[in-house]
Amino acid sequence: MEAFLFWLFSIVGVACGAMVIWNRNPMGSAVYLVTTMLCLAGLYALLSGAFVAALQVLIYAGAVMVLILFVIMMLNVRQEVVPREGSLPAWIIAGVLGLIVVVNLAVLFRHGDSPTVAEDFGSIEGVGAQLFATYVLPFELISVLLLIAVIGAVVLAKRRAP
Amino acid sequence: MIPISYYLVVSAILFVTGAIGVLLRRNALIMLMCLELMLNAVNLSFMAYARMLNDMGGHVFVFLSITVAAAEAAVGLAIILSIYRTRETVDVDYLSLMRH
Amino acid sequence: MDGTALLHGTGALLPQLTVVITGLVILTLDLFLTSQSRYVNEAVGIVGLLLAFVLTVLQTGEPRPVFMNMAVVDNLGVFFNATFLLIALLMVLMSASYVRREAISSGEYYALILFATTGFMFVASAADLVMVFLAIETLSIATYILAGLHQQEQRSQEAAFKYFILGSFSSAIFLYGIATIYGALGNTNLLNLAQTLSQTAASPLTLVGLGMLIVGLSFKAAVVPFHMWAPDVYDGAPTAVTAFMTAGPKAAAFAAFLRVFLQGFATPELAQHWVPIFAVLAILTMLLGNLVAITQQSIKRMLAYSSIAHAGYALVALVTLDALGAASILYYLVAYTLMSLGAFTVLTVVAHRGEHHYAFTDYAGLASTNPMLAAVMTLFMFALAGFPPTAGFAGKFYVFGAAVQSGHYALALIGMLTSVVSIVYYARVVMMMYMREANGARAIAQVSPTTVTLLGLTALGTLYLGIFPGSVFRLAERSVQFLF
Repeated sequence: MEAFLFWLFSIVGVACGAMVIWNRNPMGSAVYLVTTMLCLAGLYALLSGAFVAALQVLIYAGAVMVLILFVIMMLNVRQEVVPREGSLPAWIIAGVLGLIVVVNLAVLFRHGDSPTVAEDFGSIEGVGAQLFATYVLPFELISVLLLIAVIGAVVLAKRRAP
Repeated sequence: MIPISYYLVVSAILFVTGAIGVLLRRNALIMLMCLELMLNAVNLSFMAYARMLNDMGGHVFVFLSITVAAAEAAVGLAIILSIYRTRETVDVDYLSLMRH
Repeated sequence: MDGTALLHGTGALLPQLTVVITGLVILTLDLFLTSQSRYVNEAVGIVGLLLAFVLTVLQTGEPRPVFMNMAVVDNLGVFFNATFLLIALLMVLMSASYVRREAISSGEYYALILFATTGFMFVASAADLVMVFLAIETLSIATYILAGLHQQEQRSQEAAFKYFILGSFSSAIFLYGIATIYGALGNTNLLNLAQTLSQTAASPLTLVGLGMLIVGLSFKAAVVPFHMWAPDVYDGAPTAVTAFMTAGPKAAAFAAFLRVFLQGFATPELAQHWVPIFAVLAILTMLLGNLVAITQQSIKRMLAYSSIAHAGYALVALVTLDALGAASILYYLVAYTLMSLGAFTVLTVVAHRGEHHYAFTDYAGLASTNPMLAAVMTLFMFALAGFPPTAGFAGKFYVFGAAVQSGHYALALIGMLTSVVSIVYYARVVMMMYMREANGARAIAQVSPTTVTLLGLTALGTLYLGIFPGSVFRLAERSVQFLF
């Protein structure tokens, strides 16, 4: 069962990921990206990361992608009738180079069986215990980061007074 | 049990796919989405290593990484919006005022 | 983490906290300010930054990890924080008249500068790769926004977008490097790394992770061949922001290099891998930065390429792996900050409103219309080229001296040759100012009191560091002693 789910999520995820970069229309790419993120959430669940899988769906697929879709629709980018950018040779070269990189990396990933983990590995309590003990300083710094993002979004996107 | 290395390979494939997209596509919105794909791939790596090491620090990294990606997406979209307001296009090839 | 540790940690990070609070105060005050209340933002900023500076200097002492080994307070952090606060102070002075002239919303501008400075300071105090990443993201996102603040200018929007895409791309690579290191070594803490590495051998996966970290950080420092974004971004951003970008994020990237490679991955078996990489990067950067700068027609773009070249000079000292090299990097960053900010200030004065006067020909005859300005600009040009008795000469002397002393003769030689080449494009500005006739149609530039103060401070600093380099250099040496 686990193997079936892994291969399902992986193949659909990779295929949709490839369609994100291949599709001509941003709207289509966005939908493919949402599907990829959902497949990744499934993979996180298979890796005993229940809380993070939920976060992925709620925040990434649920908030960030919705924001991107809003902007796409606001900009009203029409279906591109022009062919996609980049000549075919460029894509082929990029694909081959990418394949070489992936294969070289894959050779290094030599790992045996993973250890059995506790029942509550990946639970909210576990992540919370780490987040507010060991990682409390990064947590605080991220609040500054979010404030900066809010300032930026407001300042850059507001309509300029004529 | 699926070996962890399989997850890492999927992560590498997605990362490289996103990188190709950022470098080859010319539509600003699609470039942003390819960036998000790259960050998602890294998150998968973190989760896989966390499982391998039996250490939930990896989950915390993913938590922080998702937050950073959300902030970046917001700022990136704001920049794209401000460009679109003056130029009515999001094609990056038109951003060439500074090319000599 | 119990209460006392939390209090102790907060006390240790008071400088960063002060800067954040100052930024928040400026943001809040901006709601109540009218255009009549001139310079309140700047005043609050200066007070906050001076307070943070005092708090920073009080922190010298033995290295103390805080917040569960996420941050560390030591002399290296103190030196870097002092440098960043200096940059921020000079930026406040530069921006005072600039922001009003170009109609940029000043509350958000200063808040972003201060938050970016917080990011710089957290990079300098980072003890874990996660903190390095988050601090770099903080400063990067703040800088993306700053680059795009000139909303009437299309070039500014373009610059912001290019910076954003390539900056985020490099952050993703950096993050992938962190993930790989995490997987290969089991933790990401820079302080414990020596211990971890003695137990686990340096696997190929570790080396791949290191490579990705180098690529990610090299983008941020605009090191060749990852510099492609820098000329366009530096050219398009508002000039004050460009000045900030050449000084702050660059110094922060070098702080990251020092923390990650000289403090973290410093074991001999690892160093033998990354030292040649940095040597090659330094050579490429010095060569390309200087050679392309010669061909530029715009002084702003010329300074952008010169900034790339200067990063190359500083990078030379990274491969020496000794205290002299590390101290000379610190010294060079301070020296370059003063020279660069001074030169860019002159640019803002000559450019006038709307930022359209950046050709070399716009400086023709400046010596007759505004002799003080021309004199200061000459000082900065000579300093950047490395003439004695300026800070530029002392900086290059230390950097190349450290390279020679540790046996990297080729690097020092290339550095000195490219420095000689750089005289060509710096001298062109000086010749234009003194030996050409002014095209008299343009009005004489108005120089505000804050700008005069800033030019005075940077010029004096450049001369002081050049004539009396020992004091600052000794501080730099004391800051890096504990690493070796």
